Amino acid sequence: MSRLIVFLIPLVVIAIFWAMARYESKVAHDPNHKTFFQRNGTALGVTFIGLVAFWTLFLVALPYLYMGVESFHPRLPPLERGGAKDFLTIEQYRSFLVTPTDGLWNTTHMGAFFFTIVVSTAVTALNFAICYPLAYYMAQAGTAQKVRLLMLGLIVPYWVNEILRAFSLRLLLASKGLINQMLMGLGITDGPIDFLGNNTGLYVGLSYAYLLVMIFPLYNAIESLDKNQIEAARDLGAPWWRIHKDVVMPYAKPGIAAGCTMVFMLSAGSLAAPQFLGGPRTLWFTSIVYDFFFQAFNWPRGAAYAFILLAACIAFVMLMLRLFKVSLGETIK
Amino acid sequence: MSSGVELDHITVRFGQFTAVNDVSLDIRGGEFFSFLGPSGCGKTTILRTVSGFLDPSQGSVRIAGQDMTGLGPNRRPTALIFQNLALFPLMTVAENIAYGLRVRGASKPERKKKADELLNLIALPDQGQKLVSELSGGQKQRVAIARALAVEPKVLLLDEPLSALDLKLRQHMRNELREIQKRVGITFIYITHDQGEALTMSDRIAVMNDGVIEQVGGGKAIYDEPATTFVASFVGENNAFPGKIVKADKSGAMIETAVGELRGRNPKGLQAGDAAVLFVRPESLKLGKNSKETSFSSTVLNVAFEGNASHIFLKGPGKKGLMLTVGRLDGGKIPGQGATAALSYDPELGLVLPVGRMARE
Amino acid sequence: MTSKLVMRGMIGFYILLFFLYLFGPLAVMSITAFNTPAYPQAYPFQAFTLDWFVKLWNHRAMMDGLRNSFIIGIGVVAVSVPVGLAASIVMTQIYHRARGFYYLVTVSPVLTPGVIIGISTVIFWKDVLGVTDFTKAVFYKGIVLAILGQSSFVAAYCLLIIMARLQRFDRSQEEAALDLGASYPQVFWHILLPFLKPALISAAVIAFLSSFENYNTTTFAILADKTLVTVLAGEVRQGTTPALSALAVIIIGISLAGAIAYEVMKRREEAASGRAMERARLAERADAVPAQQAPGPMGFSGRTPAPASAD
Repeated sequence: MSRLIVFLIPLVVIAIFWAMARYESKVAHDPNHKTFFQRNGTALGVTFIGLVAFWTLFLVALPYLYMGVESFHPRLPPLERGGAKDFLTIEQYRSFLVTPTDGLWNTTHMGAFFFTIVVSTAVTALNFAICYPLAYYMAQAGTAQKVRLLMLGLIVPYWVNEILRAFSLRLLLASKGLINQMLMGLGITDGPIDFLGNNTGLYVGLSYAYLLVMIFPLYNAIESLDKNQIEAARDLGAPWWRIHKDVVMPYAKPGIAAGCTMVFMLSAGSLAAPQFLGGPRTLWFTSIVYDFFFQAFNWPRGAAYAFILLAACIAFVMLMLRLFKVSLGETIK
Repeated sequence: MSSGVELDHITVRFGQFTAVNDVSLDIRGGEFFSFLGPSGCGKTTILRTVSGFLDPSQGSVRIAGQDMTGLGPNRRPTALIFQNLALFPLMTVAENIAYGLRVRGASKPERKKKADELLNLIALPDQGQKLVSELSGGQKQRVAIARALAVEPKVLLLDEPLSALDLKLRQHMRNELREIQKRVGITFIYITHDQGEALTMSDRIAVMNDGVIEQVGGGKAIYDEPATTFVASFVGENNAFPGKIVKADKSGAMIETAVGELRGRNPKGLQAGDAAVLFVRPESLKLGKNSKETSFSSTVLNVAFEGNASHIFLKGPGKKGLMLTVGRLDGGKIPGQGATAALSYDPELGLVLPVGRMARE
Repeated sequence: MTSKLVMRGMIGFYILLFFLYLFGPLAVMSITAFNTPAYPQAYPFQAFTLDWFVKLWNHRAMMDGLRNSFIIGIGVVAVSVPVGLAASIVMTQIYHRARGFYYLVTVSPVLTPGVIIGISTVIFWKDVLGVTDFTKAVFYKGIVLAILGQSSFVAAYCLLIIMARLQRFDRSQEEAALDLGASYPQVFWHILLPFLKPALISAAVIAFLSSFENYNTTTFAILADKTLVTVLAGEVRQGTTPALSALAVIIIGISLAGAIAYEVMKRREEAASGRAMERARLAERADAVPAQQAPGPMGFSGRTPAPASAD
């Protein structure tokens, strides 16, 4: 029953906006106004609305709402769904805090959650530090051709699938991998360093995977900065680090916020890097979600955990926006 | 000719702002009619209302007797030349010109014929296959006109088409547009803020300010007999002497101004005690004194030599100074800066109007 | 100005390091594709071999996955590009108070972790399609769900790409076409679509590539089927073989070829537009001349030949 209500919510929202629009057009005459169907013709108008409705309702809004509802249900075999035992419950969310089997604090899962957040934040900071100089250079110092070449150079590695990229890092960092070979060969270490077990592989993998995602927003933001401002600052005698601190970074705030947000969210929601580059004791929150689905077949619990992850991401986004004092609209660009 | 345009009590409101306020006008078929006014006066709004892009909040537009209410721009017998020309960049010149025919379902040979015809008319006979981006500013102008003429509109609307061109080209195009209009014989409605254009090209001009029409008339009428202070101050240069009327009779009115009592014509029949403004054109002022009620003195601030004339700028009542224009060959000694000059004018050339809004500087 | 030189040197060194970081692992992996040992090894280099490429070709599951990836990719393009186009047009015309909310809804898939999109797709469609046996049998398939799941965010990418171009559309062209008598559908097909073509093409390419390489969402939505990426993931999870390196080499090769082709195309485009601008400049200069001679009607002033039939 609760599941059916999900279908009504979007319709109600649409009805409200439609009523508002009708009211406004009745109250005041707008010389420019032409209705949607007048502007596009009936055939096109219907097509546009049909496509948009299909997408926003059936591919975006309804699945999320539906999954949300599902996370508030107990796990039941297919036949019992919709039946007597199917009622709303927060047991799935509770299970994140308290293990259902033994009633103790679910330190494993909570630990994994915090680990994921911490690593993602670290990776975000790391990527920012790595990418900012290059983004600045590309945005301000290059000719159009040089910039294009650099961009191609950035994009080509990313056409290689993230799985293969993770694989290549694993080759490098494994105990029999090239880095260990080099270190041992040069006599710096005696035995192989377990890069994968000590999570170095994880950090490197996540950072590597999302470099591009940090560079582009930064580049776009810095690129639109008027070169003259930097020149002016230099003329006034500002050292290079002050130029960045006082002129470039404040201006590029939306780009920085966008880049950080994207890296964080992609990193927290990442599956490939933790799976292939983590050690045997690395427990990644998103992998837990994956396991709920494919090993335990506990969809409601998986859904609940997925929402907890989403909540963390949204919290991070809000924090970023607050910290950088930018609005959501500016960052999307 | 059945291509006249009637504006019947047109009011256009955008929310709280009234762009056009109860404008009624009869534009005769086949005439070159201009709307002249500063930016924001509502002339563009009127143009877009006539062409169908805006619905008036009140009133209606009739073209050739037919009411246009409810008809979109694609169903009106009008064609609009946009200020930025709005030529289609992905189409060739010929395709641009023939576009109107294409959407009416004309066949390829028909379209080619018409395009060739018009390319000849605008003197670009071998440029049909070029892209618009390869043309000069003047050539693009002509293509825009050809494109509009291809659909054989009853009324051609032009939205400040010459503002993007440089001076010489602009003067050249003024003549061209006039010639085209005479040749094709359709009604032209032209909007501009440049009085030179309006005066040289139009049969009649409507001077607009803040959404209302201040005066409609031929160029001479507007220049010599402005009906309001706005028209007097907007069209051409004019010296304004505000004050109060002390005496009014059949031959004119005497007005008490900051430089003394002066006389001028009184076509509006103002009475003693009314607040009024006396206008005297720079070219109507002469150096030297004549009768007491048409003479005064002032200090010379600056003299500018502009080739065919010199302009003498003097201190005047209020912030804006006075200007006197002396033709090159008019003779007489031009006073230097700081000198006190005696000025006078022919009383028939002074005009007293009731006080009102003036053109912004 | 040695400080400037030092700066330059540091920047150059930094860029070198950066790209070393970026390309290094890939380069190493490429070498292992040609090296004989069964455990991918770059050093020491034992013997050159193309065996791993052959093994790749014979890898059944991977070829199946490749085929599915293609089908899904094309499906996603077919759904996402029209949807993105429609959504961007609606964005420009929607009731202004609803616009912010609409924007939020349409862009949210981009910010949502792929995991959530994948899970929600499966949960939702399983129930919706399960309403009748027919729909379940025909539509509840990995390929279909993968297309639906991926399209939810790929359409958002398309929306953003097309919107960026749409916002630069000169509305006066639309008005000019209307003024000349075109109906709104005609304006759409004759004026708007040709203008949007570059964006539509970029959107299609990005849509296909995003779909092809997607893992997080697909791994849930694909149910029992496979795509190339999920097969890869399975292989990497089980063990390591240079056949995977071989695949990487192929992909890198294709990417490089694509990149070079793109660069060549771009250079040619710049040259062409440079020539067009030259022509316009010449026309501009020639235009100035007639105005000084006695201008006759229609600009007959000696430069363009006067057609006898002008009157």
